[in-house]
Order: sequence, then structure tokens, then C-alpha cells
Amino acid sequence: MLHTINKSPFERNSLDSCLRLSVKGSPILLIEDGVLAATRGTSVSDKMATAMNDHPMFVMGPDLQARGIAGDSVADGITVIDYGGFVDLVVEHGTVQSWL
Amino acid sequence: MAETEIEFDTAGITKKFMYVNRKAPYGTIYALEVLEAVLISAAFEQHACIVFIDDGVYQIKKGQNTDAVNMKNFSKTYGIIAMEKEDADEDEDMDMVWRIIVEKESMEARGLTADDFVIDVEVIASTELAAIMAEQEIVISG
Amino acid sequence: MKFGILVNEGPFTHQASDSAYHFVKAAIEKGHQVMRVFFYYDGVYNANKLSAPQSDDRNLVKMWGELGSEHNVDLVVCIAAALRRGIVEDNLADGFRISGLGQLTEVGIAADRLVVFGD
Repeated sequence: MLHTINKSPFERNSLDSCLRLSVKGSPILLIEDGVLAATRGTSVSDKMATAMNDHPMFVMGPDLQARGIAGDSVADGITVIDYGGFVDLVVEHGTVQSWL
Repeated sequence: MAETEIEFDTAGITKKFMYVNRKAPYGTIYALEVLEAVLISAAFEQHACIVFIDDGVYQIKKGQNTDAVNMKNFSKTYGIIAMEKEDADEDEDMDMVWRIIVEKESMEARGLTADDFVIDVEVIASTELAAIMAEQEIVISG
Repeated sequence: MKFGILVNEGPFTHQASDSAYHFVKAAIEKGHQVMRVFFYYDGVYNANKLSAPQSDDRNLVKMWGELGSEHNVDLVVCIAAALRRGIVEDNLADGFRISGLGQLTEVGIAADRLVVFGD
């Protein structure tokens, strides 16, 4: 199962709920405002680092760019992908759970 | 209506659908329309898990009275879902399993208990619910 | 692989419809089939022919319609959600059709994957 998160972790609890309700090993993709969780040096950086022990973490490059977040401010271990990469993740990991 | 109705072949296919409700009622309409989607899927005899997580647990809270805000009180509609579930449970010829689940952590964080809900629910802890979620084939969230 | 898509928001308040559009386009470019896009909740506003965005903005209503026609994607607007919001045959944009919520369940059953975009 692929989990997608489209909400800012500074405003909503989608990231927390996703981490509580996703099984170990399932990948997480940050899209739209969800990409704000991917930047380094934030109040959620530790939480993200812990999450990455259990979940491969991906972030949408087009959404980062739109929000003025440069690739080098993305935390280590998070893979930046585009829409084609999103499609590949869905194909590879089966059911999608969108944490709206 | 449109000139051409397109149909896909679904005969004999039963999938595991999960409907995820994470939003409180009335502030947004999401709860009401998810409910409509759940009810329609009964006609296709699909497996359904209806889960209430986070503020979604307030959707099924007892005692909702919308008179003063003049909005449709749809908490009664959950009774129809409970009835559909009973029908599915009792009909031996029907291969359709419905579950109505509240996440224990979300319920407790809001000071609620299973007695606070308008329908009978299974209260399941997040670790077990995560495993149930991982088995689903379609997850519809609103 | 066969995809179904659910779009829960309109084109002007949330990014959901844009994300869905780009996803669908990428899936088609990779040779996948997108069987149906189902527009629910405020997503029905994606089919409002009367929508007139400013000239420097993208026109998602038109873009969806063209994508649907070019690649044979069934664009279905939920009738119950549409009626509530005043989307009817008279103002339905080209490429869309109005039908029941059963069409969502149907594509969920028929497709290999259903991806939800919303808020």
C-alpha cells in the first residue's frame, strides 16, 4: 500500500495519522502542501527521520518547486520524484491510501 | 443524461473497499457524501470497511441536533449502514462482509467511549487497524 | 495497467484537480489506461462550462475535456453532487457526462488501481 499525504504537518495531523496507521515498509509520498514535511531543519525533522526508519519516503518535485523549496533543502533519504514517478509508485505498491 | 452510458464488466468480482472518515460532521460536507458512496456500494455486493479515525469519530456521536444550524442531520443515516451490515451478515448466500470500525486511539483522545455512538462499532487499536487497512484493495477517503 | 481516478475538489480552491490531471497525463504517457475519472463533492465544478478563468490562468475545465476526448477517458460527474451545486446538462462542459455514484464503485471494481485526489 502506498500512502500519500497532501497536508502541511505544521497545520494538520495527516502525517501523524498516517504514521500511526501504516504498516512497516509501506512507502509514503508527500504531495501538495504535504511536501513541507520534507525540508530539513524543521520542528518535524526528527519525526520524519524516525518515520524513515520504517518507511521509504518520497516527495513530489513539482510541488517543492512551486513552493520555492530547492532540492538541496530536502532532508537526506527522501527521494524527489515527478508525476511519472508517482504513477510508477502506484503501479508497484498496489492500493493507494490518500490521507486527505 | 449523457448520450452514451459506458459500463465496465464487474460481474463476479468482489473487492475489499475501505471508506475512511477523518473529518467532523457539519463543518464540511465530506462525511455526508462518503456515506452516500458506502450505501451505493451495497448494490454491487462489495466488501466494505467503514472506518472512523481522528475527528471522523464525531460523525457517529449520539445526540446530534442540527435544528438551530438548520443543516441536514445525517447521523440517522448510519442506522441504514448498520442495517445493510446486518443483512449481509445474515444472508448466507451473499458474499459480502461489512465492518464498522472506530480507531481506539482517536476515540480515547477525544474522551469518547463505544457507548457514545449511534451504531454498534468495533473498537480497534491502531496497530491492528493498520494491518486491516493494508489488506484493502480500494480506499476511498473524503 | 488500468486506473480509476476520484477527484473530490473543484479547480479553484484546492490543488487536487491539478494533481489528478498531471497524474492522469503521466499515466497515459507511460502507456497505462485511465478508464474513468469520477468527479465527486466540489469536484463536479471541474465540469462547469460557464467557468471563465482569467487568460493567464490554466483552464482545467477545458484541459480535462480535451484529455478525455483525446485519450478516451470517461469523465463522469456525480449526479447527486452535481444537482446540489447547479451543474446540469445545460452547463456541462464538453467531454463530460453526468451519471450516478454507482459509476465510482464500478470503476473501483473494474480498474487495477483507484487513486483519490481531494482535500
